[in-house]
Amino acid sequence: MKELLVGKLTWESLPHQWWTIAGTLSFVLLGVAVAVVLTYTKRWKWLWNDWLTSVDPKKIGIMYFIAGFGMLLRGGLDVLMMWLQQALSSGNSHGFLTAEHYQEIFTAHGNIMVFFVAMAFIFGLINYIVPLQIGARDLASPLMNTLGFWLFIGGIVMVNMFFVFGGEYAATGWLAVAPLSGKEFSPGAGVDYWVWSLMISGVGTTLGAINFIMTILKMRAPGMKLLKMPLFTWGSLCSMMMAVTVFPLLTATLFLVYFDRALGTHFFTTTGGGDPMMYTNLIWMWGHPEVYVLILPAFGVFSEVVSTFSRKPIASYKSAVVGMIGVSVLALSVWLHHFFTMGAGANVNAFFGLMTTIIAVPTSVLVFNWIATMYKGKIRFETPMLWFLGFVAIFAIGGISGVMLAIPPVDFQLHNSLFLVAHFHSTVIGGVLFGVFCAYSYWFPKFTGFRLNERIGRAAFWFWIAGFCLSFIPMYILGLMGASRRLDHYDASTGWQPLFILMFIGGLVIAVGVALQVAQILASFIEKKRLLDTTNGDPWNGRTLEWSTQSPPAFYNFTVIPHVSSVDAFWSMKKHGLKKPVYEDIHMPKNTAVGIYISLFATFASFAFVWDIVWLIVASIIAIIVTFVIRGFNEDSEYTLPAQKIQQLEEARAHKNSAHHTAINNDPHHDMSTWELVAYLYKFAIDFVKNKKWRRI
Amino acid sequence: MSEHKLSHHEEEADDRALFGFWVYLMTDLLMFAVLFAVYAVLHGNTDGGETGRELFKLPLALTNTLILLTSSFTCGIAMIAARKGDKRQTLLWFGATFLLGLAFLALEIFEFYELIHEGHNLGSNAFLSSFFVLLGTHGLHITFGLLWIAVTLGYILKRGLNRHMVRKLTMLSLFWHFLDIVWIFIFTIVYLGAFV
Repeated sequence: MKELLVGKLTWESLPHQWWTIAGTLSFVLLGVAVAVVLTYTKRWKWLWNDWLTSVDPKKIGIMYFIAGFGMLLRGGLDVLMMWLQQALSSGNSHGFLTAEHYQEIFTAHGNIMVFFVAMAFIFGLINYIVPLQIGARDLASPLMNTLGFWLFIGGIVMVNMFFVFGGEYAATGWLAVAPLSGKEFSPGAGVDYWVWSLMISGVGTTLGAINFIMTILKMRAPGMKLLKMPLFTWGSLCSMMMAVTVFPLLTATLFLVYFDRALGTHFFTTTGGGDPMMYTNLIWMWGHPEVYVLILPAFGVFSEVVSTFSRKPIASYKSAVVGMIGVSVLALSVWLHHFFTMGAGANVNAFFGLMTTIIAVPTSVLVFNWIATMYKGKIRFETPMLWFLGFVAIFAIGGISGVMLAIPPVDFQLHNSLFLVAHFHSTVIGGVLFGVFCAYSYWFPKFTGFRLNERIGRAAFWFWIAGFCLSFIPMYILGLMGASRRLDHYDASTGWQPLFILMFIGGLVIAVGVALQVAQILASFIEKKRLLDTTNGDPWNGRTLEWSTQSPPAFYNFTVIPHVSSVDAFWSMKKHGLKKPVYEDIHMPKNTAVGIYISLFATFASFAFVWDIVWLIVASIIAIIVTFVIRGFNEDSEYTLPAQKIQQLEEARAHKNSAHHTAINNDPHHDMSTWELVAYLYKFAIDFVKNKKWRRI
Repeated sequence: MSEHKLSHHEEEADDRALFGFWVYLMTDLLMFAVLFAVYAVLHGNTDGGETGRELFKLPLALTNTLILLTSSFTCGIAMIAARKGDKRQTLLWFGATFLLGLAFLALEIFEFYELIHEGHNLGSNAFLSSFFVLLGTHGLHITFGLLWIAVTLGYILKRGLNRHMVRKLTMLSLFWHFLDIVWIFIFTIVYLGAFV
């Protein structure tokens, strides 16, 4: 009976270790805090109508960013725990984590950083910027977009669910290598959580990618031929093309892992004729292209930023496009370099080693392209440009160590060592994360209508760079000295401890950098009147269409769809003078909660799959189908915004803007410093408590 | 807003939706590609059990193939009728497609039942795991297709054959033909392949 009702769940599944209790408590407290604030400020309806059910890609983009940043903190906590363990656990000391717990932490760290941080940021950016860059008012399928977003949130819920139910996450490494991930060696619910959190967020990614391909290929402004698209859009298109190619492989592979565990099939088992090595192949066929899915939009960001901040068009637009396409095509044929040591044979290794080395060519074309763009440009060194320069330095190191690892004989020495870990962190942090930070400091004025605090932003950048070098240069050295990855204890005679301690200190420095980024946002919001963008939405003297809109853009993006005649569309529009708009009716999609419902049921289903709760599986799947049928035949999902209404909105806005645009001291040197922010917050808190300010909210 | 502009807007939406559906079909095809690759790797790993040559019944598989091919044909005729706006013929031919699909599914379940009854199930060995999962995934798609046909026909009966319905029917027919093509590969690689 109990089995029927709650499956494999028992009382022991509830939190009882220190970390599960702490995790559960912090989720509960966070939830209560949010609920209290929303109730107190009467904002539930606002949250539901204006944000959660919104189909506006700009709002969904911002929600992706918020979720991604939350997960960055969550995954960052994992890193600090791992590095502290490594700093302590030498010789007789065994640190503060058990081996099992340590393994779960590095698994969760990898999953969270790749799926729920990097992917979140990239999807958030594409959502916000691509429609604006191609002169579209919306995405091809707004419903698919919100559904993809909420499935991604479902994935976040599932990856953290183990805190509350089960108490263990997969202890298998982020790709759950077979046969370790089979029932025989990992009997607990951890791997099932791994499977289902990646499953639903992966389906969400596939849906999102299909949608962006439709949008970019079918909804560009008139005149914008493929070779007139901004480079960020090109990067996004290449990335999404790769995503639709490889994410189905992930979904299929995850199903097979689940079948092995739940139904006793023999795909990746050591018995019954299964083939664990096939798993390694399948997962890396997805896994390698995945990192390029992440980096290509970042390449696009850098192309935009370097061109805008050097006040020059990109050095060779066509070679940049060819470079991006080259990277995406080659990226599909290099996956085997992840397991040269598996024994595929010298010829196979040679082929994949060569392909991997060749992929450095189009990548270098892009890097040289950016450098050539800076040559003889009038460069402005504001934070976006700093992130770009930081990227060039660190990514070059990551790229060179990558080419070293691509040589099979070298790889046999360095395989599974910390050298490899340092390599991919150089590319993923230096490339993807710096790209995201660069993008966010570049487009922040577009998101909000005011610019970011420059002083704290610079400090955050320098802490990041210093922290990165402090932790990852020792990691390269440790790798060369033979330290293997995923090490939770080592002998004192190795003499590695000082380097591991240095790594931990580097981690703390990075944490300060992250804290400064939070401080930067706070300080910018506090001073938002002074930081107001007075340039009508074009603070950087931008070149692409997103800068032609107001900041933040109206929910319909463009009052009039622009006609495009050159690559830097907005630049040439500025040169030739802007036309006075002629308003016309606009079709806009209505908000919908269908994405939330479907994803809620999908999360229930995933949870039920993890714990074998059959009735809940059946009920959730039926609920998903019913929701789809009801929505699928709803013919009333759009509304028309009449031209007159748009004119009113635009005039009201222009009026409001002209009221604001009095002389503002916008000089970055007068931006609030970190200490001033601390003093301000302190005063504010004292004032808030003493004068009972909450009564006036 | 003139009627002309509205229909242009709708046409663009139709075009995008169809294109998106094509991309979706390609992603689905890639899932099948994985399952085919897995079958290709594992089909000899019977762990001492019987091979496909000993287990498969070609006449049954051929019957199933013919049924599904015919259903694709009726689906095609139904689409011609739908584009002409002939509601009766559309219902009739999609009804026929539904029945043929149902027959296919019934035969497939019968085949699975017999195999399992004789003790050849998902967990027997790697060959049978990959066989059941490949065919099962196709069967599950057919089941969803049948559900889709049933619901769409219900809506057509209620609301008539309007523009939205024709767009949905076009996608449905693409999906159905796609499943047919996947089946032809299954028939060739799994069934005929076992007897080469």
